Amino acid sequence: MIEARDITVLAGRKHLLDGAGARVVPGHVTALIGPNGAGKSTLISVLAGERRPDAGTLLLEGAPLATYPGRALAQRRAVLLQDSALDFAFTAEEVVELGRLPFSGTPEQMDDEAAIAAACGLAGIGAFRHRSYQTLSGGEKQRVQFARSIAQIWRRPGKSQSLPRYLLLDEPTSALDLRHQRMVLDIARRLAGDGVGVLAAIHDLNLAIAYADDVILLREGRVLASGPVDEVMTSAGLGACFEVEVEILTRENGSRAVLV
Amino acid sequence: MTEIAESEVRVSRAMKRPAILAGLGALLAATFILSLVTGAVPVSVGDVLRSLFGFEVDGQTAAVIQMIRLPRALLAVVVGGALAGAGAAFQGLFRNPLADPSLIGVSSGAAFGAVFVIVFGGLVAAAIPAFASPFLLPFFAFAGGIGATFAIQGLAQSRGQAATATLLLAGIAINALTWALTGVTIYVANDAQIRDFTFWSMGSLASGGWQALWLATVPIALALGVILTRARALDAMLLGEREALHLGVPVHRLKHIIMIAAALAVSSAVAVSGVISFVGIVVPHVVRMLAGPDHRIVLPGSILAGATLLLAADSFARIVVAPAELPIGLVTAAIGSPFFLWLLMNRKRSL
Repeated sequence: MIEARDITVLAGRKHLLDGAGARVVPGHVTALIGPNGAGKSTLISVLAGERRPDAGTLLLEGAPLATYPGRALAQRRAVLLQDSALDFAFTAEEVVELGRLPFSGTPEQMDDEAAIAAACGLAGIGAFRHRSYQTLSGGEKQRVQFARSIAQIWRRPGKSQSLPRYLLLDEPTSALDLRHQRMVLDIARRLAGDGVGVLAAIHDLNLAIAYADDVILLREGRVLASGPVDEVMTSAGLGACFEVEVEILTRENGSRAVLV
Repeated sequence: MTEIAESEVRVSRAMKRPAILAGLGALLAATFILSLVTGAVPVSVGDVLRSLFGFEVDGQTAAVIQMIRLPRALLAVVVGGALAGAGAAFQGLFRNPLADPSLIGVSSGAAFGAVFVIVFGGLVAAAIPAFASPFLLPFFAFAGGIGATFAIQGLAQSRGQAATATLLLAGIAINALTWALTGVTIYVANDAQIRDFTFWSMGSLASGGWQALWLATVPIALALGVILTRARALDAMLLGEREALHLGVPVHRLKHIIMIAAALAVSSAVAVSGVISFVGIVVPHVVRMLAGPDHRIVLPGSILAGATLLLAADSFARIVVAPAELPIGLVTAAIGSPFFLWLLMNRKRSL
């Protein structure tokens, strides 16, 4: 588990995060939701071990995350950022291949090809995996980067003793059409089923309510509520967080929808 | 059908790597022989090969090859490889195909070191033993290049991190400062000194001899060796600094290592050959067009191709106005500038 407690991050005098906490639990999909500027991306960069918080506790499997070398961390958690610019003519597959960089020179290097193939298959980029990344559309690029992060945490099925893995997604669906939004979160669910701890910042509340186990509601650097999706995604909670009136509908088949 | 064609493309791109490197190596070897044949005194290919492999050739030919052309050709290889290899690494580090070590002050610092020695060297030379005086200019040029790089890196540091934008802005400031110092020095120089500096700033491999070769080769080999081991880390940097960090690349250490290695290579090259422009940008770009942006081929490929280009340019510079010779920096710039413009136009279209 990646666990952050009482995290404060300052930019000058402004609190980007003000005593925020989060848990990324293996097997769970956790949605991170909140208005623009709530600190979602900052929280993700803290959980990724990229940004040192000004105060607070950050643990990976109970040990301070800062004590893990960058490479050891990269072998067990992948991060997908909102937009990645690439000015060089790698093919889509070469980008995915870079996801395996943390394993070069380790026994897991054997699995590189299988991981790349699996990631390309899952993310549905097979049709253009040999095209230059620069020629792809925004949504296609996002899926290629998604495939790269999958390749990074992919393990050969049946490797029982392998360590818990984590996937941190910063708005993974922002550039995607409806079908691919669903696809990405379906994959996140499937990875969680394989024991991966997934945390995703999501803008679309309907996607969050449909796919998440747990939800963290963030506003102005503070956690308003966190916990199982039913308890957190209520009309009162969401209303307070986004300052709009929200209604939660439950359809006959049990699926829920957020009506704004 | 297209699936098959595409997988062939892929296979060939990965498989092409050794073939491309072998091709570039063969091209370099051929150009090397050619440059030993080229020059005022006629020498046959047979003589060159016999001399290189230790067989008997007549005295004068042997002297021309061994004492004049061979060290000069090797110097072209070392300097060309250093400029192109360091350029390629720099472009990877800054994720910009148009970046160049001159951004962090290597050229301007070295130029100041050189002009300082040309103008005030007489004062210093009196204080040092005579055998050291030929090394004075290379040493100062080297120190100037490295010094400017460290100054810029130091200025751009904050809390152990150097933001790229701050680094480039500090580079602009230090570049302006060193060019101003160079200008002041030129202002007090006499005509002969100005002429010397002008020729230095256009580059030449004529200073030559085995001494200059060894002087440059040791630091350049060291620097390029370090750079070559960082190929995959530079690939990750192309995705972005944060992305590289998430892939376990120690980004800040990598920046330091590449900047210092590139400054070492380029300062050493500039110290013995003066300013030779465009090799560092043009060569890596051509290699990328040929083989893709993977540094596992861009770095060694650029080193080989840079060596080849400089050998060819030097041969051209020696024969085109024989018995005089053109400054090699003029030749590379004359080839480089049109190519660079073409590059810019093409980029504009692709944006």
